[in-house]
Amino acid sequence: MDLASSLLVGLVELAEVWVLFQNVPRLGGVEFTQILLVFGLADFCFSMADLLFGHCDNLTTFVRAGTLDVFYLRPQPLLLQLITSDISLRRLARGAVGLGALVVGLVLNPIEWDLGAVVLLGLAVVSGLTVFSAQFVTAAGLQFFLINGSEMTNAFVYGGRYAASQPASVWSRPLKVAFGFFFPMAFVAYLPVIELLGLPGPQWLPSWFGWCAPLAALWACALAALSWRQGVRHYQGGGG
Amino acid sequence: MTTIIETRGLSREFRVRDGLGRRVVTAVDRLDIRVAAGEAVGYIGANGAGKSTTIKMLVGILVPTAGEVLTCGREPVRERRSLARDVGVVFGQRSQLWWDLPVCDSFRLLAAIHGLDADQERRRTGELIERMEMEEFLAFPVRQLSLGQRMRAEVAAALLHSPRLVILDEPTIGLDVLSKQRLREFLIAERAEHGTTLLLTTHDMGDVERLCDRVLVVDRGRLAYDGSLAGLSGTVGARRELIVDLAEPTPDLRSVADTEHLVSEGGGLRQRLAFDAERTTAARVLAAVSEQVEVVDLSVTEPNIEDVVRRIYAAQR
Repeated sequence: MDLASSLLVGLVELAEVWVLFQNVPRLGGVEFTQILLVFGLADFCFSMADLLFGHCDNLTTFVRAGTLDVFYLRPQPLLLQLITSDISLRRLARGAVGLGALVVGLVLNPIEWDLGAVVLLGLAVVSGLTVFSAQFVTAAGLQFFLINGSEMTNAFVYGGRYAASQPASVWSRPLKVAFGFFFPMAFVAYLPVIELLGLPGPQWLPSWFGWCAPLAALWACALAALSWRQGVRHYQGGGG
Repeated sequence: MTTIIETRGLSREFRVRDGLGRRVVTAVDRLDIRVAAGEAVGYIGANGAGKSTTIKMLVGILVPTAGEVLTCGREPVRERRSLARDVGVVFGQRSQLWWDLPVCDSFRLLAAIHGLDADQERRRTGELIERMEMEEFLAFPVRQLSLGQRMRAEVAAALLHSPRLVILDEPTIGLDVLSKQRLREFLIAERAEHGTTLLLTTHDMGDVERLCDRVLVVDRGRLAYDGSLAGLSGTVGARRELIVDLAEPTPDLRSVADTEHLVSEGGGLRQRLAFDAERTTAARVLAAVSEQVEVVDLSVTEPNIEDVVRRIYAAQR
Protein backbone atom coordinates (compact mmCIF):
# COMPACT_ATOMS: atom_id res chain seq x y z
CA MET A 1 0.00 0.00 0.00
CA ASP A 2 2.76 2.37 1.03
CA LEU A 3 4.67 1.24 -2.00
CA ALA A 4 1.78 2.03 -4.34
CA SER A 5 1.02 5.42 -2.82
CA SER A 6 4.60 6.61 -2.99
CA LEU A 7 4.75 5.40 -6.57
CA LEU A 8 1.65 7.47 -7.24
CA VAL A 9 3.18 10.57 -5.61
CA GLY A 10 6.20 10.20 -7.85
CA LEU A 11 4.01 9.91 -10.93
CA VAL A 12 1.89 12.93 -9.95
CA GLU A 13 5.02 15.03 -9.64
CA LEU A 14 6.13 13.87 -13.04
CA ALA A 15 2.68 14.69 -14.45
CA GLU A 16 2.97 18.17 -12.99
CA VAL A 17 6.06 18.78 -15.09
CA TRP A 18 4.34 17.32 -18.15
CA VAL A 19 1.24 19.55 -17.71
CA LEU A 20 3.45 22.61 -17.42
CA PHE A 21 5.21 21.78 -20.67
CA GLN A 22 1.90 21.09 -22.44
CA ASN A 23 1.22 24.81 -22.16
CA VAL A 24 4.62 26.19 -23.00
CA PRO A 25 6.94 24.53 -25.49
CA ARG A 26 10.06 25.82 -23.81
CA LEU A 27 10.81 27.05 -20.31
CA GLY A 28 14.13 28.65 -19.46
CA GLY A 29 15.51 27.41 -22.78
CA VAL A 30 14.66 23.81 -22.03
CA GLU A 31 12.19 21.46 -23.72
CA PHE A 32 10.07 18.74 -22.16
CA THR A 33 12.34 15.85 -23.12
CA GLN A 34 15.26 17.77 -21.69
CA ILE A 35 13.51 18.63 -18.45
CA LEU A 36 12.54 14.97 -18.21
CA LEU A 37 16.23 14.22 -17.91
CA VAL A 38 16.68 16.87 -15.23
CA PHE A 39 13.65 15.60 -13.33
CA GLY A 40 14.74 11.98 -13.60
CA LEU A 41 18.27 12.66 -12.43
CA ALA A 42 17.17 14.82 -9.50
CA ASP A 43 14.35 12.53 -8.45
CA PHE A 44 16.45 9.38 -8.66
CA CYS A 45 19.27 10.92 -6.60
CA PHE A 46 16.81 12.27 -4.06
CA SER A 47 14.99 8.97 -3.65
CA MET A 48 18.20 7.09 -3.11
CA ALA A 49 19.43 9.67 -0.59
CA ASP A 50 16.01 9.44 1.09
CA LEU A 51 16.38 5.67 1.28
CA LEU A 52 19.76 6.02 2.96
CA PHE A 53 19.41 9.18 5.05
CA GLY A 54 15.67 9.87 5.18
CA HIS A 55 15.53 8.75 8.81
CA CYS A 56 17.29 11.93 9.80
CA ASP A 57 13.80 13.42 9.64
CA ASN A 58 12.87 11.36 12.69
CA LEU A 59 15.52 12.92 14.87
CA THR A 60 12.96 15.02 16.75
CA THR A 61 10.95 11.91 17.57
CA PHE A 62 14.04 10.21 18.91
CA VAL A 63 14.93 13.25 20.99
CA ARG A 64 11.43 13.32 22.47
CA ALA A 65 11.33 9.61 23.22
CA GLY A 66 14.79 9.72 24.76
CA THR A 67 16.03 7.13 22.28
CA LEU A 68 18.81 9.48 21.30
CA ASP A 69 20.27 9.26 24.83
CA VAL A 70 20.47 5.53 24.29
CA PHE A 71 22.26 6.04 20.96
CA TYR A 72 24.90 8.04 22.83
CA LEU A 73 25.53 5.04 25.08
CA ARG A 74 26.53 2.70 22.29
CA PRO A 75 30.01 2.47 20.83
CA GLN A 76 28.86 3.32 17.30
CA PRO A 77 28.64 6.66 15.48
CA LEU A 78 25.39 8.49 16.23
CA LEU A 79 24.61 9.24 12.62
CA LEU A 80 25.06 5.61 11.63
CA GLN A 81 22.65 4.54 14.37
CA LEU A 82 20.16 7.15 13.28
CA ILE A 83 20.10 6.22 9.61
CA THR A 84 20.04 2.50 10.29
CA SER A 85 17.23 2.74 12.82
CA ASP A 86 14.79 1.72 10.12
CA ILE A 87 14.65 1.18 6.38
CA SER A 88 11.62 1.87 4.21
CA LEU A 89 11.28 0.02 1.01
CA ARG A 90 8.53 2.32 -0.19
CA ARG A 91 11.29 4.78 -0.98
CA LEU A 92 12.46 2.35 -3.64
CA ALA A 93 9.21 2.98 -5.52
CA ARG A 94 10.04 6.68 -5.67
CA GLY A 95 13.44 5.79 -6.99
CA ALA A 96 11.82 3.72 -9.73
CA VAL A 97 9.88 6.74 -11.04
CA GLY A 98 13.05 8.84 -11.11
CA LEU A 99 15.04 6.09 -12.75
CA GLY A 100 12.30 5.60 -15.35
CA ALA A 101 12.23 9.32 -16.20
CA LEU A 102 16.01 9.35 -16.37
CA VAL A 103 16.18 6.38 -18.76
CA VAL A 104 13.42 7.75 -21.01
CA GLY A 105 15.15 11.14 -21.00
CA LEU A 106 18.47 9.57 -21.96
CA VAL A 107 16.83 7.68 -24.83
CA LEU A 108 14.77 10.60 -26.21
CA ASN A 109 17.53 13.19 -26.19
CA PRO A 110 20.24 13.25 -28.82
CA ILE A 111 23.28 12.58 -26.71
CA GLU A 112 26.71 11.89 -28.12
CA TRP A 113 27.72 8.87 -26.10
CA ASP A 114 31.43 9.14 -25.64
CA LEU A 115 33.54 8.47 -22.55
CA GLY A 116 33.07 12.06 -21.37
CA ALA A 117 29.29 11.79 -21.36
CA VAL A 118 29.36 8.54 -19.33
CA VAL A 119 31.79 10.01 -16.80
CA LEU A 120 29.71 13.18 -16.54
CA LEU A 121 26.53 11.21 -15.92
CA GLY A 122 28.26 9.00 -13.35
CA LEU A 123 29.68 12.03 -11.54
CA ALA A 124 26.26 13.68 -11.57
CA VAL A 125 24.52 10.68 -10.01
CA VAL A 126 27.11 10.20 -7.28
CA SER A 127 27.34 13.92 -6.53
CA GLY A 128 23.57 14.36 -6.57
CA LEU A 129 23.15 11.50 -4.13
CA THR A 130 25.79 13.06 -1.90
CA VAL A 131 24.27 16.55 -2.05
CA PHE A 132 20.81 15.31 -1.04
CA SER A 133 22.21 13.06 1.69
CA ALA A 134 24.16 16.01 3.02
CA GLN A 135 20.96 18.07 3.02
CA PHE A 136 19.26 15.48 5.21
CA VAL A 137 22.16 15.53 7.64
CA THR A 138 22.31 19.34 7.66
CA ALA A 139 18.61 19.42 8.46
CA ALA A 140 19.07 16.84 11.23
CA GLY A 141 21.87 18.92 12.75
CA LEU A 142 19.58 21.94 12.79
CA GLN A 143 16.86 19.88 14.51
CA PHE A 144 18.98 19.85 17.66
CA PHE A 145 18.47 23.59 17.85
CA LEU A 146 14.88 23.75 16.63
CA ILE A 147 13.18 20.81 18.27
CA ASN A 148 9.89 21.78 16.71
CA GLY A 149 11.40 23.16 13.55
CA SER A 150 11.20 20.16 11.28
CA GLU A 151 8.70 22.01 9.07
CA MET A 152 11.29 24.66 8.45
CA THR A 153 14.12 22.30 7.67
CA ASN A 154 11.81 20.19 5.53
CA ALA A 155 11.20 23.31 3.48
CA PHE A 156 14.74 23.36 2.24
CA VAL A 157 15.23 19.58 2.07
CA TYR A 158 12.08 18.88 0.07
CA GLY A 159 12.07 22.34 -1.48
CA GLY A 160 15.62 21.61 -2.55
CA ARG A 161 14.49 18.46 -4.27
CA TYR A 162 11.89 20.46 -6.14
CA ALA A 163 14.42 23.12 -7.03
CA ALA A 164 16.83 20.50 -8.30
CA SER A 165 14.28 19.14 -10.76
CA GLN A 166 13.70 22.52 -12.40
CA PRO A 167 15.72 24.45 -14.93
CA ALA A 168 17.87 26.83 -12.94
CA SER A 169 17.63 29.34 -15.79
CA VAL A 170 14.14 30.43 -14.68
CA TRP A 171 15.33 31.37 -11.20
CA SER A 172 15.65 34.93 -10.00
CA ARG A 173 19.03 36.05 -8.70
CA PRO A 174 18.37 35.44 -4.99
CA LEU A 175 17.17 31.95 -5.84
CA LYS A 176 20.29 31.34 -7.90
CA VAL A 177 22.41 32.27 -4.92
CA ALA A 178 20.36 30.16 -2.51
CA PHE A 179 19.77 27.03 -4.57
CA GLY A 180 22.59 27.47 -7.04
CA PHE A 181 25.42 27.90 -4.62
CA PHE A 182 24.53 27.78 -0.94
CA PHE A 183 22.39 24.66 -1.24
CA PRO A 184 23.97 23.51 -4.49
CA MET A 185 20.82 22.14 -6.11
CA ALA A 186 21.56 23.38 -9.61
CA PHE A 187 24.64 21.15 -9.62
CA VAL A 188 22.59 18.03 -8.94
CA ALA A 189 20.77 17.75 -12.25
CA TYR A 190 20.32 20.92 -14.27
CA LEU A 191 23.96 21.82 -14.85
CA PRO A 192 25.17 18.29 -15.66
CA VAL A 193 22.22 17.88 -18.05
CA ILE A 194 22.82 21.08 -20.04
CA GLU A 195 26.48 20.17 -20.28
CA LEU A 196 25.53 16.69 -21.42
CA LEU A 197 23.17 18.12 -24.06
CA GLY A 198 25.55 20.86 -25.08
CA LEU A 199 23.11 23.67 -24.18
CA PRO A 200 24.27 27.12 -23.10
CA GLY A 201 23.96 27.95 -19.42
CA PRO A 202 22.15 31.00 -18.00
CA GLN A 203 23.82 33.97 -16.38
CA TRP A 204 26.10 33.01 -13.44
CA LEU A 205 25.72 29.32 -14.20
CA PRO A 206 27.76 28.43 -17.31
CA SER A 207 27.24 24.88 -18.53
CA TRP A 208 30.81 23.75 -17.77
CA PHE A 209 29.77 24.03 -14.13
CA GLY A 210 28.19 20.62 -14.80
CA TRP A 211 31.64 19.13 -14.28
CA CYS A 212 31.87 20.81 -10.87
CA ALA A 213 29.09 18.70 -9.32
CA PRO A 214 31.63 16.85 -7.10
CA LEU A 215 32.83 20.21 -5.74
CA ALA A 216 29.24 21.11 -4.92
CA ALA A 217 28.91 17.73 -3.20
CA LEU A 218 32.01 18.43 -1.10
CA TRP A 219 30.62 21.82 -0.14
CA ALA A 220 27.29 20.27 0.87
CA CYS A 221 29.15 17.69 2.95
CA ALA A 222 31.17 20.38 4.72
CA LEU A 223 27.96 22.21 5.53
CA ALA A 224 26.40 18.97 6.80
CA ALA A 225 29.42 18.08 8.94
CA LEU A 226 29.40 21.53 10.52
CA SER A 227 25.68 21.44 11.23
CA TRP A 228 25.74 17.90 12.63
CA ARG A 229 28.77 18.51 14.83
CA GLN A 230 27.34 21.67 16.30
CA GLY A 231 24.00 19.97 16.79
CA VAL A 232 25.44 16.97 18.63
CA ARG A 233 27.37 19.23 20.96
CA HIS A 234 24.36 21.43 21.53
CA TYR A 235 22.15 18.50 22.51
CA GLN A 236 20.53 19.08 25.87
CA GLY A 237 19.28 15.62 26.63
CA GLY A 238 15.72 14.38 26.56
CA GLY A 239 14.83 15.20 30.16
CA GLY A 240 14.35 12.58 32.87
CA MET B 1 43.80 2.39 43.42
CA THR B 2 42.45 3.23 39.98
CA THR B 3 40.08 6.14 39.73
CA ILE B 4 36.98 5.42 37.68
CA ILE B 5 35.19 8.74 37.94
CA GLU B 6 36.87 12.05 38.52
CA THR B 7 35.29 15.47 38.15
CA ARG B 8 36.81 18.81 38.91
CA GLY B 9 34.67 21.93 39.09
CA LEU B 10 32.14 20.22 36.84
CA SER B 11 29.26 22.56 35.97
CA ARG B 12 26.39 22.61 33.57
CA GLU B 13 24.02 25.46 32.85
CA PHE B 14 20.85 25.41 30.83
CA ARG B 15 19.28 28.37 29.18
CA VAL B 16 15.55 28.28 29.60
CA ARG B 17 12.98 30.60 28.18
CA ASP B 18 11.29 32.63 30.85
CA GLY B 19 8.48 34.73 29.42
CA LEU B 20 10.12 36.91 26.81
CA GLY B 21 13.62 36.77 28.18
CA ARG B 22 15.97 33.92 28.91
CA ARG B 23 17.21 32.72 32.23
CA VAL B 24 20.24 30.62 33.04
CA VAL B 25 19.62 27.65 35.31
CA THR B 26 22.60 25.96 36.90
CA ALA B 27 21.83 22.25 37.06
CA VAL B 28 25.26 21.15 38.25
CA ASP B 29 27.45 23.57 40.15
CA ARG B 30 31.22 23.04 40.56
CA LEU B 31 31.05 19.37 41.43
CA ASP B 32 34.17 17.57 42.64
CA ILE B 33 33.75 13.81 42.81
CA ARG B 34 36.22 10.94 42.92
CA VAL B 35 35.13 7.35 42.73
CA ALA B 36 37.66 4.53 42.93
CA ALA B 37 37.41 1.24 41.05
CA GLY B 38 35.21 -1.30 42.79
CA GLU B 39 33.25 1.19 44.89
CA ALA B 40 29.47 1.19 45.08
CA VAL B 41 28.22 4.73 45.35
CA GLY B 42 24.69 5.97 45.92
CA TYR B 43 24.12 9.32 44.28
CA ILE B 44 21.06 10.79 45.88
CA GLY B 45 19.16 14.04 45.81
CA ALA B 46 15.71 15.46 45.28
CA ASN B 47 14.15 15.73 41.82
CA GLY B 48 15.91 18.40 39.82
CA ALA B 49 18.99 18.32 42.06
CA GLY B 50 21.21 17.60 39.07
CA LYS B 51 21.62 13.82 39.30
CA SER B 52 20.69 12.95 35.73
CA THR B 53 22.59 15.92 34.34
CA THR B 54 25.73 14.69 36.11
CA ILE B 55 25.27 11.21 34.72
CA LYS B 56 24.77 12.54 31.22
CA MET B 57 28.03 14.45 31.48
CA LEU B 58 29.80 11.35 32.82
CA VAL B 59 28.85 9.34 29.76
CA GLY B 60 29.27 12.05 27.13
CA ILE B 61 25.66 12.87 26.28
CA LEU B 62 25.94 16.42 27.55
CA VAL B 63 28.83 18.81 27.11
CA PRO B 64 29.82 20.42 30.43
CA THR B 65 29.60 24.21 30.60
CA ALA B 66 32.74 24.32 32.74
CA GLY B 67 35.09 22.01 34.60
CA GLU B 68 36.64 18.68 33.81
CA VAL B 69 35.37 15.15 33.86
CA LEU B 70 37.19 11.87 33.35
CA THR B 71 35.30 8.59 33.26
CA CYS B 72 37.39 5.42 33.15
CA GLY B 73 40.28 7.72 32.36
CA ARG B 74 38.59 9.12 29.26
CA GLU B 75 37.07 12.42 28.26
CA PRO B 76 33.42 11.46 27.76
CA VAL B 77 32.43 13.78 24.91
CA ARG B 78 35.59 13.42 22.86
CA GLU B 79 36.02 9.68 23.41
CA ARG B 80 32.35 8.74 23.64
CA ARG B 81 32.63 5.62 21.53
CA SER B 82 35.53 4.01 23.32
CA LEU B 83 34.01 5.00 26.66
CA ALA B 84 30.74 3.30 25.73
CA ARG B 85 32.59 -0.04 25.80
CA ASP B 86 33.57 0.49 29.44
CA VAL B 87 30.31 1.85 30.79
CA GLY B 88 26.85 0.34 31.08
CA VAL B 89 23.94 2.65 31.80
CA VAL B 90 20.35 1.95 32.75
CA PHE B 91 17.98 4.87 32.64
CA GLY B 92 14.91 3.70 34.55
CA GLN B 93 12.68 5.78 32.28
CA ARG B 94 14.31 4.91 28.96
CA SER B 95 14.52 1.65 27.18
CA GLN B 96 17.51 0.54 25.23
CA LEU B 97 15.78 -2.60 24.07
CA TRP B 98 13.91 -2.86 20.80
CA TRP B 99 10.22 -2.55 21.58
CA ASP B 100 8.97 -5.03 19.00
CA LEU B 101 11.77 -7.57 19.15
CA PRO B 102 12.01 -10.57 21.45
CA VAL B 103 14.35 -10.02 24.39
CA CYS B 104 16.90 -12.53 23.09
CA ASP B 105 17.09 -10.72 19.74
CA SER B 106 17.70 -7.41 21.53
CA PHE B 107 20.60 -9.08 23.33
CA ARG B 108 22.02 -10.40 20.08
CA LEU B 109 21.79 -6.98 18.44
CA LEU B 110 23.50 -5.31 21.39
CA ALA B 111 26.22 -7.94 21.39
CA ALA B 112 26.83 -7.16 17.71
CA ILE B 113 26.82 -3.39 18.38
CA HIS B 114 29.42 -3.88 21.10
CA GLY B 115 31.42 -6.22 18.89
CA LEU B 116 31.39 -9.22 21.24
CA ASP B 117 32.65 -12.41 19.62
CA ALA B 118 30.37 -15.46 19.49
CA ASP B 119 32.01 -17.17 22.44
CA GLN B 120 31.89 -14.12 24.74
CA GLU B 121 28.31 -13.48 23.71
CA ARG B 122 27.17 -17.01 24.51
CA ARG B 123 28.93 -17.08 27.85
CA ARG B 124 27.79 -13.66 29.02
CA THR B 125 24.20 -13.95 27.79
CA GLY B 126 23.91 -17.38 29.41
CA GLU B 127 25.24 -16.03 32.69
CA LEU B 128 22.86 -13.06 32.72
CA ILE B 129 19.82 -15.09 31.74
CA GLU B 130 20.48 -17.57 34.51
CA ARG B 131 21.25 -15.00 37.21
CA MET B 132 18.25 -12.82 36.44
CA GLU B 133 15.91 -15.72 35.74
CA MET B 134 14.95 -14.45 32.33
CA GLU B 135 14.47 -17.82 30.64
CA GLU B 136 10.66 -17.64 30.86
CA PHE B 137 10.28 -14.42 28.86
CA LEU B 138 13.25 -14.55 26.48
CA ALA B 139 11.06 -15.14 23.44
CA PHE B 140 8.52 -12.41 24.26
CA PRO B 141 8.71 -9.08 22.50
CA VAL B 142 9.78 -6.33 24.89
CA ARG B 143 6.39 -4.59 24.71
CA GLN B 144 4.71 -7.61 26.32
CA LEU B 145 6.96 -7.72 29.38
CA SER B 146 5.89 -6.64 32.84
CA LEU B 147 7.80 -3.73 34.34
CA GLY B 148 9.80 -6.05 36.58
CA GLN B 149 10.74 -8.29 33.68
CA ARG B 150 11.61 -5.33 31.51
CA MET B 151 13.89 -3.81 34.13
CA ARG B 152 15.70 -7.12 34.48
CA ALA B 153 16.17 -7.21 30.72
CA GLU B 154 17.31 -3.57 30.70
CA VAL B 155 19.92 -4.20 33.37
CA ALA B 156 21.10 -7.30 31.55
CA ALA B 157 21.35 -5.29 28.32
CA ALA B 158 23.47 -2.64 30.02
CA LEU B 159 25.76 -5.28 31.51
CA LEU B 160 26.07 -7.43 28.40
CA HIS B 161 29.46 -6.04 27.41
CA SER B 162 30.86 -6.51 30.96
CA PRO B 163 31.47 -2.81 31.60
CA ARG B 164 33.87 -1.64 34.32
CA LEU B 165 31.42 1.01 35.47
CA VAL B 166 27.68 0.51 35.77
CA ILE B 167 25.46 3.55 36.17
CA LEU B 168 21.89 2.95 37.23
CA ASP B 169 19.47 5.86 37.16
CA GLU B 170 16.42 4.94 39.26
CA PRO B 171 16.64 1.21 38.53
CA THR B 172 13.98 0.18 41.05
CA ILE B 173 11.41 2.87 40.29
CA GLY B 174 7.95 1.35 40.22
CA LEU B 175 9.13 -2.17 41.04
CA ASP B 176 7.45 -4.37 43.64
CA VAL B 177 9.35 -5.61 46.68
CA LEU B 178 10.19 -8.97 45.18
CA SER B 179 11.52 -7.54 41.90
CA LYS B 180 13.57 -4.97 43.80
CA GLN B 181 15.06 -7.68 45.95
CA ARG B 182 15.95 -9.84 42.96
CA LEU B 183 17.61 -6.92 41.19
CA ARG B 184 19.61 -5.96 44.27
CA GLU B 185 20.80 -9.51 44.81
CA PHE B 186 21.92 -9.72 41.23
CA LEU B 187 23.86 -6.45 41.46
CA ILE B 188 25.57 -7.58 44.66
CA ALA B 189 26.62 -10.87 43.03
CA GLU B 190 27.79 -9.09 39.88
CA ARG B 191 29.97 -6.75 41.92
CA ALA B 192 31.42 -9.54 44.01
CA GLU B 193 32.36 -11.54 40.94
CA HIS B 194 33.59 -8.88 38.51
CA GLY B 195 34.59 -6.01 40.80
CA THR B 196 32.29 -3.71 38.86
CA THR B 197 32.05 -0.12 40.01
CA LEU B 198 28.49 0.96 40.68
CA LEU B 199 26.95 4.41 40.62
CA LEU B 200 23.32 4.46 41.53
CA THR B 201 20.76 7.25 41.72
CA THR B 202 17.62 6.44 43.58
CA HIS B 203 14.79 7.69 45.70
CA ASP B 204 14.70 4.43 47.58
CA MET B 205 16.76 4.38 50.78
CA GLY B 206 16.52 0.59 50.69
CA ASP B 207 18.60 0.52 47.51
CA VAL B 208 21.27 2.63 49.13
CA GLU B 209 21.29 0.62 52.34
CA ARG B 210 21.65 -2.73 50.64
CA LEU B 211 23.87 -1.85 47.71
CA CYS B 212 26.09 1.10 48.48
CA ASP B 213 29.05 1.60 50.77
CA ARG B 214 29.29 5.29 50.07
CA VAL B 215 26.72 8.01 49.60
CA LEU B 216 26.94 11.29 47.72
CA VAL B 217 24.12 13.72 48.34
CA VAL B 218 23.61 16.44 45.79
CA ASP B 219 21.41 19.44 46.33
CA ARG B 220 20.80 22.19 43.80
CA GLY B 221 23.75 20.98 41.78
CA ARG B 222 26.20 21.00 44.68
CA LEU B 223 27.68 18.19 46.69
CA ALA B 224 26.07 18.37 50.13
CA TYR B 225 27.43 15.18 51.67
CA ASP B 226 30.08 12.59 50.86
CA GLY B 227 30.59 9.63 53.18
CA SER B 228 29.04 6.46 54.53
CA LEU B 229 25.33 5.91 54.96
CA ALA B 230 25.86 5.38 58.70
CA GLY B 231 27.51 8.77 58.86
CA LEU B 232 24.62 10.28 56.96
CA SER B 233 22.07 8.88 59.41
CA GLY B 234 24.31 10.02 62.23
CA THR B 235 24.57 13.60 61.06
CA VAL B 236 20.99 14.19 60.08
CA GLY B 237 19.12 11.41 61.85
CA ALA B 238 17.69 9.56 58.88
CA ARG B 239 15.68 7.24 61.03
CA ARG B 240 12.99 4.74 60.26
CA GLU B 241 9.71 4.87 62.08
CA LEU B 242 7.62 2.03 63.44
CA ILE B 243 3.94 2.86 63.74
CA VAL B 244 2.01 0.48 65.97
CA ASP B 245 -1.75 0.21 66.54
CA LEU B 246 -2.32 -1.19 70.00
CA ALA B 247 -5.18 -3.27 71.40
CA GLU B 248 -5.93 -0.78 74.19
CA PRO B 249 -5.00 2.79 75.05
CA THR B 250 -1.51 2.68 76.47
CA PRO B 251 0.75 5.27 78.09
CA ASP B 252 3.59 6.52 75.87
CA LEU B 253 6.10 3.74 75.15
CA ARG B 254 9.22 5.50 76.29
CA SER B 255 11.17 2.53 77.62
CA VAL B 256 11.73 0.56 74.39
CA ALA B 257 15.47 0.08 73.83
CA ASP B 258 17.15 2.09 71.02
CA THR B 259 14.00 4.00 70.09
CA GLU B 260 12.58 7.41 70.62
CA HIS B 261 8.89 7.88 71.21
CA LEU B 262 7.65 10.50 68.78
CA VAL B 263 3.91 10.86 69.22
CA SER B 264 0.80 9.09 70.46
CA GLU B 265 -2.62 9.37 68.86
CA GLY B 266 -6.10 8.31 69.98
CA GLY B 267 -5.17 8.38 73.66
CA GLY B 268 -2.25 6.01 73.04
CA LEU B 269 -3.97 3.62 70.60
CA ARG B 270 -1.48 4.50 67.84
CA GLN B 271 2.12 5.34 68.67
CA ARG B 272 5.09 6.25 66.52
CA LEU B 273 8.58 5.16 67.46
CA ALA B 274 11.70 6.32 65.64
CA PHE B 275 14.73 4.05 65.49
CA ASP B 276 18.13 4.07 63.85
CA ALA B 277 18.48 1.21 61.36
CA GLU B 278 22.18 0.96 62.19
CA ARG B 279 21.53 0.13 65.84
CA THR B 280 18.44 -2.03 65.88
CA THR B 281 15.90 -3.64 63.57
CA ALA B 282 12.18 -3.24 63.11
CA ALA B 283 11.69 -6.82 64.32
CA ARG B 284 13.59 -6.20 67.54
CA VAL B 285 11.65 -3.02 68.25
CA LEU B 286 8.38 -4.83 67.56
CA ALA B 287 9.35 -7.68 69.91
CA ALA B 288 10.18 -5.19 72.65
CA VAL B 289 6.85 -3.42 72.18
CA SER B 290 4.94 -6.72 72.13
CA GLU B 291 6.39 -7.64 75.51
CA GLN B 292 4.66 -4.63 77.00
CA VAL B 293 1.38 -4.48 75.12
CA GLU B 294 -0.62 -6.34 72.45
CA VAL B 295 0.03 -5.00 68.91
CA VAL B 296 -2.91 -5.12 66.49
CA ASP B 297 -1.36 -3.61 63.40
CA LEU B 298 1.89 -1.99 62.34
CA SER B 299 3.70 -0.22 59.54
CA VAL B 300 7.27 0.91 59.00
CA THR B 301 8.16 4.11 57.15
CA GLU B 302 11.50 4.61 55.45
CA PRO B 303 13.40 7.86 55.81
CA ASN B 304 12.57 9.88 52.78
CA ILE B 305 15.38 11.18 50.64
CA GLU B 306 13.95 14.66 50.23
CA ASP B 307 13.76 14.88 54.00
CA VAL B 308 17.33 13.77 54.45
CA VAL B 309 18.56 16.24 51.88
CA ARG B 310 16.58 19.06 53.41
CA ARG B 311 18.02 18.32 56.80
CA ILE B 312 21.56 18.21 55.46
CA TYR B 313 21.02 21.52 53.84
CA ALA B 314 19.56 23.02 57.00
CA ALA B 315 22.45 21.63 59.05
CA GLN B 316 25.00 23.30 56.79
CA ARG B 317 23.64 26.76 57.28
